[in-house]
Amino acid sequence: MSVLRSNPAADEKRASLLVRDVNTYYGASHVLQGVSLRLAEGEVVALLGRNGAGKTTLLRSIVGLTRARSGGVEVGGRDVRKAAPHTVARLGIAFVPSGRRVFGSLSVDENLRLSSRSCPRRKGPWSVARVYETFPKLADVKARGARHLSGGEQQMLKLGRALVTNPNILLLDEPTEGLAPVVVGQLGEWLELLRGEGFGVLLAEQNAMFALRHSDRGYILEKGRIRFEGSATELRSSEELLSGLGVSARAVRVVDAAEGRES
Amino acid sequence: MDTVVIEVSGTLSAASSLFLASAGLTLIFGAMRVINLAHGSFYMFGAFLTTSLVGFATGARFWWAVPVAALAVALIGAGVELGVIRHIYGKEHLTQLLATYALFLIFADLALRIWGAESRAVPVPKSFFGSIEIAGEQIPKYNLVIVGTAIAVGVGLWLLLKLTTLGWRIRAAVDDPESLEASGVNLQLLFTVVFALGALLAGLGGAVISPQIAVTPGIDGSIIVGAFIVTVVGGLGSILGAAVAALLIGASETAGTLAAPDWASTFPYIAMIAILAVRPWGLFGQPER
Ligand SMILES: Nc1ncnc2c1ncn2[C@@H]1O[C@H](COP(=O)(O)OP(=O)(O)OP(=O)(O)O)[C@@H](O)[C@H]1O
Ligand SMILES: [Mg+2]
Repeated sequence: MSVLRSNPAADEKRASLLVRDVNTYYGASHVLQGVSLRLAEGEVVALLGRNGAGKTTLLRSIVGLTRARSGGVEVGGRDVRKAAPHTVARLGIAFVPSGRRVFGSLSVDENLRLSSRSCPRRKGPWSVARVYETFPKLADVKARGARHLSGGEQQMLKLGRALVTNPNILLLDEPTEGLAPVVVGQLGEWLELLRGEGFGVLLAEQNAMFALRHSDRGYILEKGRIRFEGSATELRSSEELLSGLGVSARAVRVVDAAEGRES
Repeated sequence: MDTVVIEVSGTLSAASSLFLASAGLTLIFGAMRVINLAHGSFYMFGAFLTTSLVGFATGARFWWAVPVAALAVALIGAGVELGVIRHIYGKEHLTQLLATYALFLIFADLALRIWGAESRAVPVPKSFFGSIEIAGEQIPKYNLVIVGTAIAVGVGLWLLLKLTTLGWRIRAAVDDPESLEASGVNLQLLFTVVFALGALLAGLGGAVISPQIAVTPGIDGSIIVGAFIVTVVGGLGSILGAAVAALLIGASETAGTLAAPDWASTFPYIAMIAILAVRPWGLFGQPER
């Protein structure tokens, strides 16, 4: 099954990340069933789907933490389906896992400095100092053990840890999970910042309303298959697609109206 | 009855030996979640290699024999990780125990073939021969070497874990190995290095303690029991825990000798059972996730 439309050859060329017909299993259970997706630098792409649809599995298959059994994962034209996770990271793909996945026994500063040395050959504008400039709150808790941070601070730290490796593409898994509404708002600002910096972002979210507000395009994953691919505007305006994700289209309009935006 | 000075000195040197034997074991478990029964074999190799390197001549050769033996054991450790251990990460503890027990048996046999069944001795180096007088008591001079090495290893490990990139990586691997490798760190290579470092510490322990013991096949088994008690009581994975537990076990042995000499060797076990009854995960360990 191919979901690539319009001039596929040109799109694929532009894509720094290309997932082609990937199949991933956990034991006998066939979790990803021929998933294809592409992502270019500078675009924010939402990966939507209900609980258990396979979003996390897809991100893990891209970075090699879970091995795809068949298909292709290409980073900058190089096939990495069988590569080790550190190799994929060094090619510029940063995976930001969901939940409280910081190095808890290290301080905030050690978390960042450690990560800044993980891909020594990658050069770029991001340094530990720049992370502190961007997230002044992290600078305030520099010496604190990372396991004692709040959910929002941990999210900042995970993002900072990814940035100091100077990646081209960020894979964010469920960044809004467990965050207070105020912090979700901030997260939106950080995403806009990433977009402004020219990063490619693949945003796996159950919170479709949030994801579509900050993305250019989106994919809907359902039971391990891509059900739909389209622009964020297209997705936002389809009641059918949204209700399939458990979001009522009315809710989207209400939020948009509150923010003074046309849907 | 002996004086306090003698008891304290005896306790310290026993504790130091225990700490040297267990530091690598707890380091490896902490970072890799592997219980390595072959750790005793590394200790034994350290001692045997020292006997071979020193020959039977006293003198300065001992001081280069110790680091050479330790490094050689580190190389053996790296080989063991590449050949065997790397295939049993994440398996059940029972599988790991069986695999490392198999290694233990193979190494015991190998040692028997290479060095024979007879006991060998390493002469105490000249500069630390005899005893030293502390507060009117005669203490074996070589105890200073053992206590000094234990302190150096403890402080060295602490600095490594606290200040260096390698140390941070080891701690991060304990917290979240997946995030570490997804950030660009070669986890397999890190594990090989950690395992080799653990083996190096065991080899160093065996080498440094060799002048005080009869080096025979079988010291691998006797040391692994002590190292295990210390590691479990201290909390699997905690270097500080191993140091404190080594002191406690050493002290309980001394206390046993004073209170009931016939039962002295059971005291450490009683101490272990008492501590584990209150804290099943050990003094400084964390309940398994
Ligand atoms: N380690 C695992 N072993 C076996 N099955 C798993 C494992 N991880 C996930 N699964 C199963 O694979 C399917 C996809 O899970 P996945 O975590 O990728 O979904 P998701 O879209 O990320 O869901 P969520 O929104 O809940 O995070 C689910 O049915 C899940 O139960
Ligand atoms: Mg998920």
